Amino acid sequence: MTLGLINANPVVHAKKERVARPLDDPHADDAVDPLEIYDIVRDIRDPEHPYSLEQLSVLSEESITVDEKLGRILITFTPTIQHCSMATVIGLCLREKLKDCFPAHFKVDIKVAPGSHADEEAVNKQLNDKERVAAALENPNLRQLVTECLYSSEL
Amino acid sequence: MSLVDESFELKELQVLEGHADRVWSVAWKPATGFDGVPAVLASCSGDKTVRVWEQSPSSGSFQCKAVLEETHTRTVRSCAWSPSGKLLATASFDATTAVWEHVGDDYECVSTLEGHENEVKSISWNASGSLLATCGRDKSVWIWEVLPGNEFECVSVLQGHTQDVKMVQWHPNMDILFSCSYDNTIKVWAEDGDDDWHCVQTLAEANNGHTSTVWALSFNATGDKMATCSDDLTLKIWGSDLLTIQSGNGSAPWKHICTLSGYHDRTIFSVHWSREGIIASGAADDAIRLFAEDGDGLVDEPKYHLLLKKDKAHDMDVNSVQWSSAGNRLLASASDDGTIKIWELISLAGDQKPPL
Repeated sequence: MTLGLINANPVVHAKKERVARPLDDPHADDAVDPLEIYDIVRDIRDPEHPYSLEQLSVLSEESITVDEKLGRILITFTPTIQHCSMATVIGLCLREKLKDCFPAHFKVDIKVAPGSHADEEAVNKQLNDKERVAAALENPNLRQLVTECLYSSEL
Repeated sequence: MSLVDESFELKELQVLEGHADRVWSVAWKPATGFDGVPAVLASCSGDKTVRVWEQSPSSGSFQCKAVLEETHTRTVRSCAWSPSGKLLATASFDATTAVWEHVGDDYECVSTLEGHENEVKSISWNASGSLLATCGRDKSVWIWEVLPGNEFECVSVLQGHTQDVKMVQWHPNMDILFSCSYDNTIKVWAEDGDDDWHCVQTLAEANNGHTSTVWALSFNATGDKMATCSDDLTLKIWGSDLLTIQSGNGSAPWKHICTLSGYHDRTIFSVHWSREGIIASGAADDAIRLFAEDGDGLVDEPKYHLLLKKDKAHDMDVNSVQWSSAGNRLLASASDDGTIKIWELISLAGDQKPPL
């Protein structure tokens, strides 16, 4: 366990203006809208810094792609640095936040943006091994950290 | 009865509800389901419990007869009956393996095996019931000797896998142990006499092996073929020489026979070979697929074909598929949707085709 922050000086961006969704939006209800998903995850707090994943450009609107026909959601995020050891925690936060947000048969794949992490393949493998994810979320320390990242914006 | 010429249907008989979280595994109790003995099935779940289901002789439907709870403190990942059916072993993310005995109307935990550093993922009893193997995320495989009075003694801790070990399975006839892992390999472990266990073969990418996590393996009835399934979206069939295996002289090497690719587009979590030779797979696309050997393949180069695909078998990922060994063509499946389903493989007469 390294002392001090992995990335002590992250670059912080202004929050993008939020577009209000019209009430008579034809895409409401059944459809899974990437922007709706983005709205749910953009404010997740980074595990190490008091900023949201959006503010640190870890996530952007382009991070989410949805294939309605196949029932697949792909989230691509960009860790702030190449050797980010919090990448798997961010993955856990994303899965936990999105847990009950779309029809049960939808599959979620989470990856780091290509070229954004030194151990890209290894990190992607761990992020998508559902048994590892399940076990990690049962670990009280990780659970605590995830809860803080998800709910601190509501405090 | 030829598996090549006939058409089949997988008929859903019943949906077993009760678990409060995803169901990871199911296991049929040996020596049940025929000769008037009702079929019994165990299931284990993320809800930390194990349920035992029994088929009613009059109605044919399965009912939950017992809930094994307040023992494991985390997800119960897999369960396995001893060959006699007297004991049920359960592996948990709480790093322990519990052994249960049927006492009267209930099940009692008679032993707890500790030793793994973290999540235990799989257990397997050998054919005679004298040995138990466990494996887990700590990359090790443990072999335990079954002693009188429900005592268990660890006889070996096998290191070799470089990552999380997902499943262990004893050979159906010989005391040879197989394990598969997140490190993409399958390892074969044998004894040198006197509790000296070591890895005698590793089936890796270079041997036509898998290119991602291997989740499960299953043997055919004669024990000379093995099917493995993986996150790399393929099923692989491996073979070994039966006579060499049985002679016990040195180890019989396993060779890649065939790769079934293009049939799955999400991780395959489970594979199980029935006594009749039908291979069932359960995958993350919510479907169950059945494969059988071609009738006209060469003896040395058998080919396999898709017998049927059951789309939307469950509402979510299928984690486990298990054929009953009772010869009644029943298949049990477990899913992230919290249910277990009982299926029957029905053969359709002559010109009847399954509805599209």
